[in-house]
Amino acid sequence: MSEDRIRVLVAKPGLDGHDRGAKVVAAGLRDAGIEVIYTGLHQTAEMIVEAAIQEDADAVGLSILSGAHMTLLPKVKRLLDERGADDILVTGGGIIPEDDLAELTKLGIGHLFGPGSPIQEIASYIREEVARRRQASA
Amino acid sequence: MTDPHAASQATSSEPVGSTDGAHEKGQKSRTGEPVLHQRERRFKSLSGREVKPYYTAEDVRGLDEAKDLGTPGEYPFTRGIHKTMYRGRVWTMRQFAGFGTARETNERFKYLLAKGQTGLSVAFDFPTITGHDSDDPMSEGEVGRCGVAIASLADMETLLEGIPLDKVSTSMTINGPAAVLLAFYLAVAKKQGVPLDKLRGTTQNDVLKEYMAQKSWCFPPLPSMGVVTDIIEFCTEHVPQWNTISISGYHIREAGSTAVQELAFTLANGFAYVEQGIANGLDVDRFAPRLSFFFNAHLDFFEEIAKYRAARRIWARRMREKYGAKNPKAWLLRFHTQTAGVSLTAQQPENNIVRTATEALSAILGGTQSLHTNSMDETLALPTEKAVKIALRTQQVLAHEIGVANVADPLAGSYYVESLTDKMEAEAEEIFAKIDAMGGVIAGIESGYFQREIARSAYRLQKEMDAKERVVVGLNDFIDDDDAGSLELLRVDPKSETEQLAQLEDLKRSRDSEAVAASLTRLRDAARAGENIMPHLIDGALAYATLGEMINTLKAEYGEYHEPPMF
Repeated sequence: MSEDRIRVLVAKPGLDGHDRGAKVVAAGLRDAGIEVIYTGLHQTAEMIVEAAIQEDADAVGLSILSGAHMTLLPKVKRLLDERGADDILVTGGGIIPEDDLAELTKLGIGHLFGPGSPIQEIASYIREEVARRRQASA
Repeated sequence: MTDPHAASQATSSEPVGSTDGAHEKGQKSRTGEPVLHQRERRFKSLSGREVKPYYTAEDVRGLDEAKDLGTPGEYPFTRGIHKTMYRGRVWTMRQFAGFGTARETNERFKYLLAKGQTGLSVAFDFPTITGHDSDDPMSEGEVGRCGVAIASLADMETLLEGIPLDKVSTSMTINGPAAVLLAFYLAVAKKQGVPLDKLRGTTQNDVLKEYMAQKSWCFPPLPSMGVVTDIIEFCTEHVPQWNTISISGYHIREAGSTAVQELAFTLANGFAYVEQGIANGLDVDRFAPRLSFFFNAHLDFFEEIAKYRAARRIWARRMREKYGAKNPKAWLLRFHTQTAGVSLTAQQPENNIVRTATEALSAILGGTQSLHTNSMDETLALPTEKAVKIALRTQQVLAHEIGVANVADPLAGSYYVESLTDKMEAEAEEIFAKIDAMGGVIAGIESGYFQREIARSAYRLQKEMDAKERVVVGLNDFIDDDDAGSLELLRVDPKSETEQLAQLEDLKRSRDSEAVAASLTRLRDAARAGENIMPHLIDGALAYATLGEMINTLKAEYGEYHEPPMF
């Protein structure tokens, strides 16, 4: 694996079964040259954080369409920080109203992509953000 | 003399829709065919099917009108299941609703009934549809979020308060734990004094498509099929007007399938339930009439209409010819339709009203029995009352103003629609053969066939949209810079979760815990002995055993299911 290869953990937290978006994004990122690990469904925040650290992920992409984003996103971010993995980008997408976006940004969550987002846009964002973080920690 | 520059311009950048095409100037292709100027080189349906510029009698040459079409209400029911169709009664307008606590949803139901809705449709939250109590650690943050939280009979009583169960039909989108939610419903009826044979409604109860698409299961596929059979058997005896399963293509399509995959996977699941029923000694003429279907109405207008027509014909033929059903009611494919949630855009959301209206029209022209129209704001949040009202009014306009409810199957005989109907039937038959060859639906689920096919189709469509090969108004073309944030959105009050947890805690404190424990033991014994679990679930419900307690008791016997992750 080359140094600059980016690894992203795509995860489905909670009980939400809507996995179309997660799978399409996973396939799109893979085709854009990003290494993708997909957790599958029904993951707890603890399981996701464990997998992100074990897999040495640069970013975690969480897909939430169940309305539980205000609980699950901050929880994953908090647990990552507690494990000293605050350099891992937490991003994602789903049905997330604008008011909630602002609040999540304040908590250190990265950009969240709504319905209709082109995959190239998601891939570029992850590349740039991960490069920025790597430079900052280098 | 023609100017060579003008000619080259005509072939490379002729304006869209121009009638001044090169074919009028006599230009020919290498094969000698006149070159037609078109917006695209090839025209493809939403499902990727290439369509011709026009259709003629040649395209329906094999069609035998008497054998393949009949008249509406006549075998093989291609043209609809009733002779009079909507002249007798328009379709049931059934808007799916549910959020927050049972009390909040009960208020929404009463609002919808007051606005002229004719049936209820309950949306449960994720904890409920996956068989978890609101206080389960997995439920954190999800209680009442995208549906209503129902953890016990007490919640179901609140949900249905003031609603006469002998007059209103109720559809419940519940699958893995369908038997438990049905038990809650039947227990409410018992407490309201309504005889079970007066109840009308539907439990979705289609577990097979859960493994393929919606992904809310409780047990592995085999024991789940056993529970489905228990429900069919119990209702055939005791709740004869209940639709025991709504065999659903909706979620398969939403998850990304094409129209033909939706058609074929759904009917294949239907065949699996019928075969299971017959294998369990049930009489196909008695249980099959209570099976119903649920399809998606997506954007590609004629393809959708052809899909419904093909579905009816395939089902009727199979039921009569393969499964030997003699009761004509067992041949009928009755279906509910919901417009395609995935077709809606977050950008310029008001445009969604138009998308929904045309999708709804395809369902009507395809002969649906009931219909849900999505609200314009559903890519942003659960719908507001105003958005839901516009969606319902859309159906009322279609039913009463534009004349489409006056004539059954008005597109019969259209070269294009008939040829599409035939093609979709033939392609579905190919998929059935493939599924048979892999050992049936459950084998296909276990090998990931359906999941892979659906994911592949979803990805193809995404790539087409990203590459702008497929125009989505407001999203990748005709974009406004200031289109967001104009709608007032529904907020589910986070207090709903707290309130629900407090109620559940109260219930657990105040109920007779010995009666609960005893009912759970009887449930476990019945499951272990392979008896029908329905009567025991009703007893458990009446003792106020919770959803999670009953499901966990069954999980201990049946096992759990984890899907291998793949994309």
